[in-house]
Amino acid sequence: MTDAPFKPRDLSWHPPAFYQGYRSTHLRAPQQPLLQIPQTVTELTGPVFGQGDLGPLDDDLITNYAATGQTAQGSRIIVHGTLRDEDGRPVPGKLIEVWQANAGGRYRHVNDGYLAPLDDNFGGCGRCLTDTEGRYSFRTILPGPYPWPNGGNDWRPAHIHFSVFGDGFAQRLITQMYFEGDPHIALCPIVQSIPSDDAIDRLVARLDMKRTKPMDIRAYRFDIVLRGRDATVFENQLEGT
Amino acid sequence: MTLKESPSQTAGPYVHIGCAPQTAGLEQRRMGKQLGGLMVPEGTDALTLAITVLDGEDAPVKDALIEIWQAGPDGNYTPTPAFQNWGRQGSDLSTGVALFKTLKPGRNGEHAPHILAWIVARGINLGLTTRLYFPDEDNGGDPVLGLAGARAETLIATKTDTGYAHTIRLQGANETVFFDV
Repeated sequence: MTDAPFKPRDLSWHPPAFYQGYRSTHLRAPQQPLLQIPQTVTELTGPVFGQGDLGPLDDDLITNYAATGQTAQGSRIIVHGTLRDEDGRPVPGKLIEVWQANAGGRYRHVNDGYLAPLDDNFGGCGRCLTDTEGRYSFRTILPGPYPWPNGGNDWRPAHIHFSVFGDGFAQRLITQMYFEGDPHIALCPIVQSIPSDDAIDRLVARLDMKRTKPMDIRAYRFDIVLRGRDATVFENQLEGT
Repeated sequence: MTLKESPSQTAGPYVHIGCAPQTAGLEQRRMGKQLGGLMVPEGTDALTLAITVLDGEDAPVKDALIEIWQAGPDGNYTPTPAFQNWGRQGSDLSTGVALFKTLKPGRNGEHAPHILAWIVARGINLGLTTRLYFPDEDNGGDPVLGLAGARAETLIATKTDTGYAHTIRLQGANETVFFDV
């Protein structure tokens, strides 16, 4: 089963390489169309991670950079969801990495000089593995919106960056998660580079009161989907053997 | 059930925080180890692979993250204590060069030895996949190089004193071949 090729990627669903409103794409978008090549073992395989690769606090951004007894500043949230493939199958045991700005919209990065102060107790880096049913969860604080240089008065919506591994490198994905109700979503050229509102909606996390813990922490749900397997081709291959 | 793949978004300029914290200047404090930084154990006699990404004005992209995935010297994609098939590095924030210490991949069937490279950065909306081949190998008959035709030379690295160097051009007359796989 794992040797079945992945379904073709629907490039019209993803943002185009060049997007006029997102200035950084102008000199970085390839101008030639992507070359279609058959999937080989190189693209069908990828790195495998285990709990031994992670530290005990990796899934807790509230404390994983904090001094002992301290916590990060900001509104406490759980972010959780399920990693599935396009066929709806849960994808277990996969590495999810996240990074984000602090509550004031400042990243702990040598290249970020925004006015908002760093939080001594917040690094903004986390990771976890999906469980046997494809579920993941981490604790963090609500990131702040921030301005960015794009030629105008541009502000990023509050967001969390996600890096996701699948079974094969052809499934490798980086995306961003936004928060339900944020008016900056409709104004942000990075978000709006995604061609359809339907696709944008897949990146908007929902407030989840069922997982919200009273007097403690709110929860947001964000499900992630990786490319599925090309079952038709697989069945044909089986018939041929 | 049929779902659509989550749409991609740029990794942005601060990708290192999540994927290569040392490049971000982020001491990890209470986090676990950095992943992908070491493909071979310290002290191994490895080659240096220097990858530079250039933008449409031939300026080095200094905020990229590059992952590589390759067969080991035995041609297999199975990690061993002596070799991890996956590595990732941020481009140096001042020079734009991403340095990997690795071993040369072995041949796998009809495919000439090659390394998959995956590039994300600010201004790249969907991660770019390409391959790197070696100038001192027999690349004839490789099916992917065959599909690249006249542009195949954009996939061939150059030899250096310590290993190989490879330039990935995002635009221009010698734009690197990127794949839809």
